[in-house]
Amino acid sequence: MAQSATASAAPLLEARGIAKYFGAITALHDVNFHVGAGEVLGVVGDNGAGKSTLMKILSGLYKPSEGELVFEGQPVSFSSPKDARLKGIEMVYQDFALAGNMAIYENIYLGREPGRKLGPITFVDHNKAREMAAEHLDNLHIHVKSVDQNTEDLSGGQRQAVAIARATAFHARVVIMDEPTAALAIKEVGKVLDLIRRLKDHGVAVIIISHRMDDIFYCCDRVMALYQGTNFAEAPLTDTSRNEVIGWIMGTKGHTEALAHDRLQ
Amino acid sequence: MVYSPKLSKFLESYGIVLVLIVMMVVIAMTRPDVFLTPQNLTNIIKQNATLALVALGMLVVIITAGIDLSVGSTLALSMVTLAIASKAGVPWPVVLVIGPMVGLAVGFVNGVGLTWLKLPHPFIMTLGTLNAVRGITYLVTDGAPVSGLQPEVRYLGQAYYDLGIFAPPAGIPASLILVAVCAIGLWYFLEKTNIGRHIYAIGGNPQAARVSGINVERVLVIVYMICGFMAGLGGLLLAGRTDSGFPNAGIMLELDAIAAVIIGGASFFGGRGTVMGVLAGVLIMGLLRNGLNINNVSSFWQMVLIGVVIIFAVWIDVVRRRAAVRR
Repeated sequence: MAQSATASAAPLLEARGIAKYFGAITALHDVNFHVGAGEVLGVVGDNGAGKSTLMKILSGLYKPSEGELVFEGQPVSFSSPKDARLKGIEMVYQDFALAGNMAIYENIYLGREPGRKLGPITFVDHNKAREMAAEHLDNLHIHVKSVDQNTEDLSGGQRQAVAIARATAFHARVVIMDEPTAALAIKEVGKVLDLIRRLKDHGVAVIIISHRMDDIFYCCDRVMALYQGTNFAEAPLTDTSRNEVIGWIMGTKGHTEALAHDRLQ
Repeated sequence: MVYSPKLSKFLESYGIVLVLIVMMVVIAMTRPDVFLTPQNLTNIIKQNATLALVALGMLVVIITAGIDLSVGSTLALSMVTLAIASKAGVPWPVVLVIGPMVGLAVGFVNGVGLTWLKLPHPFIMTLGTLNAVRGITYLVTDGAPVSGLQPEVRYLGQAYYDLGIFAPPAGIPASLILVAVCAIGLWYFLEKTNIGRHIYAIGGNPQAARVSGINVERVLVIVYMICGFMAGLGGLLLAGRTDSGFPNAGIMLELDAIAAVIIGGASFFGGRGTVMGVLAGVLIMGLLRNGLNINNVSSFWQMVLIGVVIIFAVWIDVVRRRAAVRR
């Protein structure tokens, strides 16, 4: 298979021969994975195929039982999401993980507040955080009434936008998104997908886990399928079709004529 | 009903102050001869200073959607330990520190128990310390009050400044100044420091706090230590005012503190609550009691009324949340 143009350079983040065991259960075995700067990679697979486990390994939440992670050509090992964040690997959670009682700008810089530091205490510079947040949202073409709005007052799409803004607030290199459109109203899905494309234009590597073929085929450069905990297939988007990808999710190859999900057992 | 975000935000922040003003006007009209005398006002402040400190500590806990039932016992233990130390001739600067230190220690136990033992709710851990700490208080005193404190130890709870204007025993109580310093300090901590903001974030969405790299367990331990510290400080004031450490002090105080915090507009679900609201909540309870007292209403009716006020305050919170969801 030909590499797509955007991914032709050396991969930014790579996983080699990853395995993850939970006791006697094998969640992942021999998984290889790579994503390049400015590339949007779609990861598909049925429930239990290992997508979430793989993403948790990439974002530092789990340690792989076997295999190694390579970031910019250097082997890396993350013992917590904080380590991954220091390298610029950020995660956007399906439920957005925002504090609804707090303002947009506070959510964006939560845990990384700007201000004067004294030991473990930071004296938060609220005005600076507001300015930084407004500027950052502007860069991403995200429009909100005010950065002082509480996130519980926002629509699902706006919340997702704030979650993405938080993930990209500090020079993110890789952004992992778990079902970025699952919790959104239909009319908001397009806006979030456009935002993902904008991240790509900024040179960020984006990994999208999604069940929605529309999302995958709207903004991804490449799609890879996991099946029963290991690599099943992958292809640049231009070389595949929805039906084929749906077939991959179900563990079959070579479906082209008939819709795989139309078949009755 | 017309919904106006500006009006709702204004009422959320300052509605409680309006309630306070209305109450004062009503009470002043019923007994103009008594209520507005400097002596009565001084009394209200002195009587409620301890509750104010304990409630401020409780606020921090309730913001994290937690609860601390042990504050009454903590106050009593702080009180009797510092009274015993004072009688034993320990230098007074050390005695002053003992009360808050005992509070910090109990708070540390609460926080660590909550996070290490992973008990399902702080209600359980602090229900345990409510009993255990009260028991220790009786053990160290044999159940008898310890009286006769050094004058320096009594100072914060007892002193007042007549400023040459007021006729004794009226004046600005030292305890009011302590409450003001604590309130301003706590406000600054909650609003302007990262740990203060993390406390609100944990109350709003603990998962969001966790994935933002906040050490939720560590912050919770700090939160319960602050609450214990404030209870200990409350013990110091009460010991000063009564010139003794009595082991029965602060029984049911936790419920008054929770009531003041809730009346002050904090949400029991966490994430919401302000220092100013708590001070107003304390004053509302204090004024209610005072107003009924000086009108010779029985203390039984006071309990009924305070109960109604608590239910009403929480109902307001429920209505407000429902309005927020419907938007």
